[in-house]
Amino acid sequence: MQNDNLVEIEQLAFGYGARPILKNINLTAKRGQVVAIMGSSGCGKTTLLRLIGGQLKPGQGVVRVAGEAVGELDQAGLYRLRRKMGMLFQFGALFTDMSVFDNVAFQLREHTDLPEDAIRDLVLMKLHAVGLRGAAQLMPAELSGGMARRVALARAIALDPMLVLYDEPFAGLDPISLGVTGNLIRRLTDTLGLTSIVVTHDIHESLKIVDYIYFISDGVIVAEGTADEMSASGLPFVHQFVHGEADGPVPFHYPAPPYADDLRLGGQGA
Amino acid sequence: MNKTVLDLWVGLFVIAGIAALLFLALRVGSMNAVNSSDSYEVVARFENIGGLKPRAPVKSAGVVVGRVADIQFDNKTYEAAVTLRLDKRYAFPKDSSAAIMTSGLLGEQYVGLEAGGDSSKLKEKDRILITQDAVVLENLIGRFLYGKAQEGAPK
Amino acid sequence: MLKQAIEKLGNRTIQGVWRMGFAMRFFVTILLHSGTAFRRFGLTTRELYFSGVLSLIIILVSGLFVGMVLGLQGYETLQTYGAEESLGILVALSLVRELGPVVAALLFASRAGSAITAEIGLMKATEQLSAMEMMAIDPVARVVAPRFWAGVISMPLLAALFSAMGIFGGYLVGVKLIGVDEGAFWSQMQNAVDFERDILNGVIKSVVFGVAITAIALFEGYDAPPTAEGVSGATTRTVVTSSLVVLALDFVLTAFMFRGIG
Repeated sequence: MQNDNLVEIEQLAFGYGARPILKNINLTAKRGQVVAIMGSSGCGKTTLLRLIGGQLKPGQGVVRVAGEAVGELDQAGLYRLRRKMGMLFQFGALFTDMSVFDNVAFQLREHTDLPEDAIRDLVLMKLHAVGLRGAAQLMPAELSGGMARRVALARAIALDPMLVLYDEPFAGLDPISLGVTGNLIRRLTDTLGLTSIVVTHDIHESLKIVDYIYFISDGVIVAEGTADEMSASGLPFVHQFVHGEADGPVPFHYPAPPYADDLRLGGQGA
Repeated sequence: MNKTVLDLWVGLFVIAGIAALLFLALRVGSMNAVNSSDSYEVVARFENIGGLKPRAPVKSAGVVVGRVADIQFDNKTYEAAVTLRLDKRYAFPKDSSAAIMTSGLLGEQYVGLEAGGDSSKLKEKDRILITQDAVVLENLIGRFLYGKAQEGAPK
Repeated sequence: MLKQAIEKLGNRTIQGVWRMGFAMRFFVTILLHSGTAFRRFGLTTRELYFSGVLSLIIILVSGLFVGMVLGLQGYETLQTYGAEESLGILVALSLVRELGPVVAALLFASRAGSAITAEIGLMKATEQLSAMEMMAIDPVARVVAPRFWAGVISMPLLAALFSAMGIFGGYLVGVKLIGVDEGAFWSQMQNAVDFERDILNGVIKSVVFGVAITAIALFEGYDAPPTAEGVSGATTRTVVTSSLVVLALDFVLTAFMFRGIG
């Protein structure tokens, strides 16, 4: 059963009612890899993360984590699996009524019977790994965006999960925090032997740290490959994305009637 | 918020709340209602109980000595059988009388017990033999009119 | 035009019914997941502080003022019938039967109910509840149920405190200020207020109100759209809906309880 793939997604389809969001997704993530999922806003990246985490059930197809089909697990099985997963939400999603320390300690206190001393050591270790050991007594309201996200990362790895999901970890950060976050993701994946799946549209940072990239557009995977392959790719969509071009396969203009008609140039003049 | 301080406040809150409940129950309400361990029951039959309700007071000499426990209709004698629950501290002679009175002019009705002269006392499940029905306003008016008519008739 | 209006009305009604069904299911879910709230009573205690203790000031002050007004107004009216000595009865019965449970419930709904809705709504909007789910911790058991039971426990205590303060307020105005006889005030009250009929019924009412208000507050917060307008709309809806429900339930309960015994 020693499969190299930690996450396997086969022919996944998902939609809300009549609106399909993901049409046919085939994706794998190997152990120890940092995999990026990219695409323009609203293409279903976050939905994909939710499907992997079991918060949504697939319409069609299978999502497998460590060999188990996530969509078919019952409540207990799902909770068992989630204890081996960590998730980093877009703005941290720290519990605002607890200190940084308590946030990181939360899972340890809820899921283990460890004595407070052991918990204290573990929490400080995790905070040290993200560089925020000194901020342990602060409240989330006192943290900057970048710091909040680092604390959330420490919280996500509190139970030493095998898989960590990141929802737009680079969104809205200043250049220094960007560098720090990217660095952390790579380092933690390597030192802790995790698998990381990063949903992002930050090309610059991702290309530096990522092993494999999937591009999603219109509900399907339009391109995949290693970071180098993607930078050099000639595919129109990938090219537009990587180089940040204003117009290309993803059009600049929102669908509208012809410009001349809208300005009423062809008829009812003054 | 320190956990022990929080617990302290919650504890105080709960104690205050229960104290308020006790205050209401004991000082405001009449929780000293007669309960079954120190009371005995007797029955009185009436032809008309008027507006008497269960839990109405039973008074003697104006003092509450018990409560009306139950009111039933006897299908054989077509009378009302009223069960009175009396405080064990007060014993009444066997020939006491029970009357249905009204407190004030138009107030709620209660049972008035008047002690008789018999030396033996009422016991559990005894019957009060002498009863006086409630005064029903219509009958009173009817009697008054009839009386007035009688007065006027033989001329 | 008319067709459109009717369609819209039909849609709204169906949505309303659907929402109520969802709310009922949510309520049952809370009850089923309440084990944690009792096994780890510290969670519930914490919520008792935020719902109960922090509502104390408004409840006590309002109770005092309501009682004082009852004393004043009651005296005014009773005086015309020469029945001033019944002031104690008037104040006590009004408070214990109706005003205590109902007004305390309305105040609780606006203070604690809206706070609960806002808190849960914000937790949902900032994905804290989602984060908890992903950490394999059931948010209903950990966050929602303790708040529910804290509300249910607080409500009768607050109502009792309201009534007690009110009676004290009536006593202050009636006996101390106006000069009604102190002995008559208390003895007439004791004779007229029955434990089972009045006080116990009042307690039952306040427990029912507590259940209703807290359940509504929690549902609205949990169901709120994760935006600023969404949370503020949900908070308003909590106060309005729970107030209306409290008043409606009051009528139903009063009809059952005080239909006239015998």
